[in-house]
Amino acid sequence: MIGFTHYLILSTILFGIGMYGVISKRNAVAVLMSVEIMLNAVNINFIAISKFIRSETAIGQLFAIFVIVVAAAEVAVGLALIIAIYRQKKSVNLNDFNLLKW
Amino acid sequence: MNLNDAVFMLLALITIGSALGVVASKNIVHSALLLVVTFMGVAGLYFQMNAGFIGLVQILIYGGAISVLIIFAIMLVMDVEPEKTNLPSPSLARRMWGVYLVVLLIIALGASIWYTRWPLAISAAGTDELTALANLMLGKYVVAFEVAAILLLVAVVGAIILAKGADDK
Repeated sequence: MIGFTHYLILSTILFGIGMYGVISKRNAVAVLMSVEIMLNAVNINFIAISKFIRSETAIGQLFAIFVIVVAAAEVAVGLALIIAIYRQKKSVNLNDFNLLKW
Repeated sequence: MNLNDAVFMLLALITIGSALGVVASKNIVHSALLLVVTFMGVAGLYFQMNAGFIGLVQILIYGGAISVLIIFAIMLVMDVEPEKTNLPSPSLARRMWGVYLVVLLIIALGASIWYTRWPLAISAAGTDELTALANLMLGKYVVAFEVAAILLLVAVVGAIILAKGADDK
């Protein structure tokens, strides 16, 4: 029988996949996509808690909406930053983004 | 194994498989398209958990807006041939550290989730979650709602200024 723990473990696995992408990828857009996967894993947790533990209020779903809003803002600013840096460096490789390193 | 379990297994397989494809693919266009499949799988999980509104928001924002934004950004910054756009880190040590940390995280968190006794409450089926959500959003949490709106506005204006460049009028 599928229950609460299965949803949490699924979201843990998704979070782990996203974390591996953040650690091992060198393309800045790929790192942003991995961050999106991690945020989706967090949202699955919120919805599962809203259904299985605090089902009398929709508070978990409200928090999931706020996470989606912040994720949308983050991806817009992140992609704009990548495009701005690409114009200067002609590269999206994170190893070339060492402007603030002395 | 009833139908609910079978649907969960299918959605979990689609979601995790396509997420693995996102991090494993060497072509970033394939990664972006598999990311859409991942978002759709997560939306299906929301529908399964009686969160229809969040599922629709997920399809609209993630499947529609964010994936289009990512694909446009890829089109703007792709300079080498597509098969080499999304290579993993050349250092083997970094990849091994990534695998090690992720396996450690999944084992530790999975074991603690599995052995915790959760205070589960049986949900009342057929509750009107949209009304409850609207009452919360425009009632007790209206300040957070407005702050989120301002955050989105500022982020979009900032993204336009960053991408367009401040010097060219």
